Amino acid sequence: MAKVLLRASLVAVSLVWVLAAQTVLAAEVKRYVVEGSRAAELDSCVEPTERMRRMHFEFIKHQRISTVHEGIRGTKYSLAGCVECHISYDGQQPEPINQPDQFCGACHAYAAVDLNCFDCHASVPNPQGLDAEAQAAHRAAGVEKLVQSGRNGEGH
Amino acid sequence: MTDKTDRAENEIDAGRRDFIGVAAGMTAAVVAPGVFLHSVAAAPRSEPVNSDVRWGLLVDTAKCVDGCSACVEACNEENGLNLQTPPKGESERKWDTQKAVWIRKVKLQDNQTGRITNLPMMCQHCEHPPCVDVCPTGASFKRADGIVMVDRHLCIGCRYCMMACPYKARSFIHDETSGQLTSVPRGKGCVESCNLCVHRRDYGEESTACVDACAAEGHHAIVFGDLKDPNSAINQQLKEIPSRQIREDLQLNTGVRYSGV
Repeated sequence: MAKVLLRASLVAVSLVWVLAAQTVLAAEVKRYVVEGSRAAELDSCVEPTERMRRMHFEFIKHQRISTVHEGIRGTKYSLAGCVECHISYDGQQPEPINQPDQFCGACHAYAAVDLNCFDCHASVPNPQGLDAEAQAAHRAAGVEKLVQSGRNGEGH
Repeated sequence: MTDKTDRAENEIDAGRRDFIGVAAGMTAAVVAPGVFLHSVAAAPRSEPVNSDVRWGLLVDTAKCVDGCSACVEACNEENGLNLQTPPKGESERKWDTQKAVWIRKVKLQDNQTGRITNLPMMCQHCEHPPCVDVCPTGASFKRADGIVMVDRHLCIGCRYCMMACPYKARSFIHDETSGQLTSVPRGKGCVESCNLCVHRRDYGEESTACVDACAAEGHHAIVFGDLKDPNSAINQQLKEIPSRQIREDLQLNTGVRYSGV
């Protein structure tokens, strides 16, 4: 009887550990998701996480043709979407996402891929969504530069 | 017994009324913002553009004011061209000729009569664009809705299109860029030009930055619209006032028309 009890308690403890480990893993994965963004409310990106890790470049590579040539902007894959959800902030200032310690840049540096998406594309979310008045206010307050990209992550 | 039933029914009715009231309130609260948001921001395009529309501009040079550059500034702001900085040590004169410009204000003078005409000159969005003919990679292309633009993913920066364009409408980005706008990606080594605010088209907005700016100045010299829609404002105007294509001898059938030149 004592043996059975011991075994049961061991199983219970291990279950708790497994759950805890998963929670920690999930927290790790969500590290680069902006709090309060759309992504923060989701379990995974626009595709399951594993698929995103392996295929994200395929998704945006094909999507760019339909966007530029056919004007389709409503697809779920979008580079601007990556930036919007995965940007992190140093205080108020967004860190360009292609920097070697940021969401895109870190993995690209690790995998030794040299991409130039952010030579042209904005590497921080920018205030296009704001109306002219808000933009003018930003300019007046001198925080406009805070939402501009830098090019210092890719091409290491 | 009947009394009892009546009361019970009345209670049920009251409960029902409350429930329906709350439900209606909740529905309104949930649905109303959606309806409101929908009316403000049109959904981004999900179907490919087609040739049922052809976007174009009509410039009334009689209304274009000497010294006004509202359209140029609005264009620069809309497309992030105002974020350009000259390379170190570049003379101002050289920078003026090298920086990317999508709209130029052009002043014409008839030397015999002295009559001065002002007009904004940008990509004319030809039906048969020479820039597309000469592009070796297919980067310079015409979208189905008539917008002539550059696919920067394909552009190798050879600048044949700049040579081919009769309107001097294209610019080359010589230097690394920073601070691009999300809606207008642009970078070193590519050619670019007016794309009739293509991001605005795809999000269903009604006009272009230059048209808005001109109207805000009170000049209303530029009209934007669909050249294939007989009821569009631009077609009504084209029907009414005499207009021309610039260099119509080249038979490019431009999408940008001018009156008073």
